[in-house]
Amino acid sequence: MRRIFLALFILGIFAVMVPTALHKNSSETPPLTMLKEQYAAKTKSSVDHSLFPELKKNFNRPQDVTAACISCHNGRAQEVMHSTHWQWERTEYIAGKGIRSIGKRNILNNFCIGITSNEPSCTRCHAGYGYSDTKAYFSDSLDVDCLACHDNSGTYAKMNEGAGMPDTSVNLSYVAQHVGKPTRANCGTCHFFGGGGNNVKHGDLEEALFDPARDVDVHMATDGMNMQCVDCHTAQKHQMLGKMYSVSSMSRNRVQCETCHGSMPHKDDVLNNHTLKIACQTCHIPEYARVNPTKLFWDWSKAGKLKNGKPFELKDSSGTDVYMSIKGSFKWGKNLKPDYLWFNGTATHYLLGDKFDPSKPLDVNRLLGSYDDPDSKIYPVKIHRAEQIYDTRYDYLIQPKLYSAKKGDGGFWGDFNWERSAEIGMKAVGLPYSGHYGFTETRMYWPINHMVASKEQAVKCNECHTRNDGRLAEVAGFYMPGRDYNPWVERFGFGLMALTLGGVFIHGGVRLALSRKRKRSV
Amino acid sequence: MTREYIYHRFERFWHWVQAALIIFLGVTGFEIHGLFTFFGYEQAVQYHEIAAWSFIILIAFAIFWHFTKGEWRQYLPTWKNVRAQAEYYVFGIFRNAPHPTKKTVLSKLNPLQKFVYAGLKALIIPTMVITGLVYMFYRYPQRYEVLSLNIGGLQTVAVLHTIGAFLLVSFFVAHLYLITTGHKVTSNLKAMITGYEEIPDSEVMAAVETVRTGSKETVGETKEVSR
Repeated sequence: MRRIFLALFILGIFAVMVPTALHKNSSETPPLTMLKEQYAAKTKSSVDHSLFPELKKNFNRPQDVTAACISCHNGRAQEVMHSTHWQWERTEYIAGKGIRSIGKRNILNNFCIGITSNEPSCTRCHAGYGYSDTKAYFSDSLDVDCLACHDNSGTYAKMNEGAGMPDTSVNLSYVAQHVGKPTRANCGTCHFFGGGGNNVKHGDLEEALFDPARDVDVHMATDGMNMQCVDCHTAQKHQMLGKMYSVSSMSRNRVQCETCHGSMPHKDDVLNNHTLKIACQTCHIPEYARVNPTKLFWDWSKAGKLKNGKPFELKDSSGTDVYMSIKGSFKWGKNLKPDYLWFNGTATHYLLGDKFDPSKPLDVNRLLGSYDDPDSKIYPVKIHRAEQIYDTRYDYLIQPKLYSAKKGDGGFWGDFNWERSAEIGMKAVGLPYSGHYGFTETRMYWPINHMVASKEQAVKCNECHTRNDGRLAEVAGFYMPGRDYNPWVERFGFGLMALTLGGVFIHGGVRLALSRKRKRSV
Repeated sequence: MTREYIYHRFERFWHWVQAALIIFLGVTGFEIHGLFTFFGYEQAVQYHEIAAWSFIILIAFAIFWHFTKGEWRQYLPTWKNVRAQAEYYVFGIFRNAPHPTKKTVLSKLNPLQKFVYAGLKALIIPTMVITGLVYMFYRYPQRYEVLSLNIGGLQTVAVLHTIGAFLLVSFFVAHLYLITTGHKVTSNLKAMITGYEEIPDSEVMAAVETVRTGSKETVGETKEVSR
């Protein structure tokens, strides 16, 4: 008897120890506090540029500032000239299309469509001076715009429709004396306003990030870690880490949360296990466009209406543009739940001249991936829809000339004539135009990466693990507990339950009735 | 009236803890399955896992007990008296006939129970434990990364686990009802609580016969008696 008890006792100890050992959290990523310590320390430059005589003079041309910069920082301009910020294209492998050189320079989107023939306006955001037409070739390192990214005075601005030249109001000497590491203000000036207005394109990059509170962005919060864009988008030799899938297609050079947080950042291993198939962003960015609305639909076909021969704009009650004669009508959204899809870091793109089937919506870019692909995870995306111009005979998208320097040059924004605009634009990209145009639905997919919410706001389990219309209701290819079930198993299960209960009630009922009868007869 | 000691102390402890765990696993499990919201999904998952480990520990003890005490033999299915027991449930029970088999500490399961419990212990519970463990460990964190069993998703595991759960629900319903089929409505329940079962003498006589000879003729006689 005693032996049995002893054996039982030992067995019991094993039974408790084994699961405990199996359950030990073995994560060894640096804890959050270490990261916070690391990024709380803000470095200050030991160099005061305002003391350099080279910078204390009147600059007539911005190129003279660049010359002054590279007189000390020699070789840096060459680095910039090898960067995407300068070249606006890079060599990418596109599945099914091979190796192509793609980028802003030659790829279409479904916002302002494309830059060819519209350069002076679009190239306001080029990291150089004088990108004025398709043939512009940037071989002169003096054309590198150091100030756009390195101005720390907050007074530098590029001229509207000036092909990247600084605004005439800018005091170049003052700016040159106040340079330093890029801040959110430098990056945001272009990246928050892509597509012609605040938050138009991304939905997660917008002017609220100039000075965000912690509930807007846990990383960049000025009342928190106050991180800058370049803390994550680090650079080596002016080659920035990170890119967007609107213009790139390969899984390389990506900024990953895991770089700092590791792949097992949670205390709970059930959550850590999710990281194999779920991107961090999926749970930690529960909504996008949380401060200002982002554009969801852009209908170019409505563009060109005039009042008394003049273009006009309509705003909704919140002051957001809903119609512009030059651009058409828009739909915006705020506090949006993202769409979700499998994404392995590669994308395909619609390229100029590709034929498509206009009876179906055209994906201008498509994010690739599936459950079975070990590189894929579920990512949150913003889907932007548009009605945009295409050639109804050749079945390809049209690059229109939109920007108009002066009335009569064929730019749609001056003349409001699609025929001429399409003709000039297509000539500029070197593709035939049939003379017949129409509008077709196009879609773009924008991964959501920014405006990470605090962990308290992260998506809760039951927002996905639910049968009724969870966040991942549309994401296919796998079995998710709480969402999925096999209908045959359910039928079998409930059928069996019904049979058992029925049997019990019938059997019990008869027993009850008979025993009552017996009692009465006794 | 005879008082017969049927269920050992450990056996009763095991039974009731197991009952509580299975009910709890059922509630949390079907919540995870998406049928209703009670604890909340996150809590249901946590509770289900804790209960699962408790159940596995209990099973370890129970297996040990079954083998050291030789109790596993109780569950060896036999065709002997199956028909008598089935006929009892279909006919005899309505006529207030005596039970065809007598519960003793050596033979505490009737032939139908032997089949059902053997199936439960050899098939359903192992299926639930194995699929449950796969569920828990098909993704497992290693030092710096999360690894995964190469089973191509949860579909099969989940279907098996769910079928097992539905079978257990049906078992549970039938089991609850069959509690009432003792000599008195409450005597089976009392036996599982106290360990002792009260058996009227008339049935003792009839059943002892059955146990001793176990032949078809005796079964016939039992029926005779019941008339």
